[in-house]
Amino acid sequence: MDATTFLVQCLNAVQYGLLLFLVASGLTLIFGIMGVINLAHGSFYMIGAYLAFALAPYFVGQFLPMLLAGTLLAALFGFVLEWVFFSFLYRREHLQQVLMTYALILVFEESRSLLLGNDVHGVQPPAWLAGSIALGELMSYPVYRLFASAACLVVAALLYLVVHRTRLGMMVRAGASNREMVRGLGIDVRLLYRGVFAAGVALAALAGMIAAPMSSVYPGMGGSVLIVSFVIVVIGGIGSITGALIASLLVGVVDTFGKVFFPALSGIGIYLLMAVVLVWRPEGLMRRGH
Amino acid sequence: MRAFRPLWLPLAVLLALALLPAVLSPYLVDLTVKILISAIFALSLQLLVGATGLVSLGHAAFLGIGAYVAVLASPQGEGASLWWLLPAAMAGAAAYALFVGALSLRTRGVYFIMVTLAFAQMAYFVFHDTRLGGGSDGIYLYVRPVLRLGDTPLLDLEDKRQVYGLVVASLAFTWGLLALLLRSRFGHALQGIRVNEARMRAVGFRTYGYKLAAFVIAGALAGLAGALLAIQDGVVNPELLSWHESGAVLLMIILGGLGPLRGAIVGAVAFTLLKELFASEGLVGPLAAHWQMTLGLTIIAFVALLPRGIVGLRLPLRRATA
Repeated sequence: MDATTFLVQCLNAVQYGLLLFLVASGLTLIFGIMGVINLAHGSFYMIGAYLAFALAPYFVGQFLPMLLAGTLLAALFGFVLEWVFFSFLYRREHLQQVLMTYALILVFEESRSLLLGNDVHGVQPPAWLAGSIALGELMSYPVYRLFASAACLVVAALLYLVVHRTRLGMMVRAGASNREMVRGLGIDVRLLYRGVFAAGVALAALAGMIAAPMSSVYPGMGGSVLIVSFVIVVIGGIGSITGALIASLLVGVVDTFGKVFFPALSGIGIYLLMAVVLVWRPEGLMRRGH
Repeated sequence: MRAFRPLWLPLAVLLALALLPAVLSPYLVDLTVKILISAIFALSLQLLVGATGLVSLGHAAFLGIGAYVAVLASPQGEGASLWWLLPAAMAGAAAYALFVGALSLRTRGVYFIMVTLAFAQMAYFVFHDTRLGGGSDGIYLYVRPVLRLGDTPLLDLEDKRQVYGLVVASLAFTWGLLALLLRSRFGHALQGIRVNEARMRAVGFRTYGYKLAAFVIAGALAGLAGALLAIQDGVVNPELLSWHESGAVLLMIILGGLGPLRGAIVGAVAFTLLKELFASEGLVGPLAAHWQMTLGLTIIAFVALLPRGIVGLRLPLRRATA
């Protein structure tokens, strides 16, 4: 493998990892704070990709406003969803919520099929991001992928600032480490839950929208992302944003280079990674004694 | 008295099941076989989730491995002997369960759920990406196994009614084994672990060993269900190991009711029937094409209205009569 190929693969790994981080960060917060095992999280990624497809005709030449509009719509959707389907479940056993999220996957898939059909769609990247950058003599790298990485980095930085530097973030972190205590301190936990859920949905949908021009938009695209995100959450440690970031990049690297070096067994790589991490640290990389 | 009270119901159900094929159409016999195999699969998971409190979201791996072993171990062109084929399928599933359990039982709670899921995905990709079991297309079982005693054939599994008999017998075996296990000292230890593991450890139980034993037994029984599925369908593909299957079987026992063995069976019956009902054009008309929507909404209604599963419905009645 020469230096240019290596560079391209590194860029791919980072880009894939950062995209996964957007999905996994929402998942880890919903896990950590609300204790909900959200099997429907992959569906929000799928919904985001279809949003990009559905909104594209209304936002010709305005890619960034479209991302913003889609994210806001998804956040609103998440807010209402938590209100209607989850707010009455917190006193019940966790498994009831698993059942609920599984049912929601079915409903989302069918709604998608009713509204937009079962065809595979493509979304064009905006004109100003359409080209490629030449790397060395033979290779080139699509500008849109660089944009995707940059966009994910910006969102990750924003998320970091909100979680670690604001009062709201303080409540979120406190909620992740000791839910009962937060409630005891008089913080409106119901509203906090609703907000966290909405943010998680918005992040996953944003990831889907960013991914849409790179991969095609197709039914069932949420399933694979969901499982990989679970792996990331477990490797990183539940409730830890930093852990999710490290784990996402690790998974991106292992998956990308696994496909290069061991194409026949590439699907197994990230699960092996998870097994190794858990044998070493059963609570994930960033989870301190609990 | 109390100890024997619950016995008449399972026996009556078993008798009714044995007589059913005489009155059912071939389609309904097939559907019943499908339900009964799901029931075996759900029972095996109930031992983990309902009895021991270990929520596994990767149980389909053992179902799939059992099915693959049953197909791969059958010789080409002639029927394998059922005497060793079923034990081999169970042993294969149990071996993987031993590996998965030994590692995943180091974790607990949500981590355990996710780790079992990940190991199941690992097995899924082994069958999906390598040529071991025909890759993503799966592999066919051309000649079904036979059961002979000496030279006398006892069962001919090319006959669907005899498959039915085998499946009923397997369900009875699974139910009996689990019922005995749960009444034994071992079973009580498992239930103790579910309620308070720290206390069980404090009174001197090596809980890790108990949990691992439960995990392996559950894996072996799921392997049995898988082998039966392979014999019934004549084809095995990697989707058997997918997380959708693991999710579905978990749904069955939550739907039926966590804990009691009958919860697993009620759940398997309800879930499979609901799915079949909503997807059958003869019964629900054009809605059949949208079965995911109706099934999803029904499950949501169940969650909202039945916090203890279907078997929980009877509780108020029983209290009133007691």
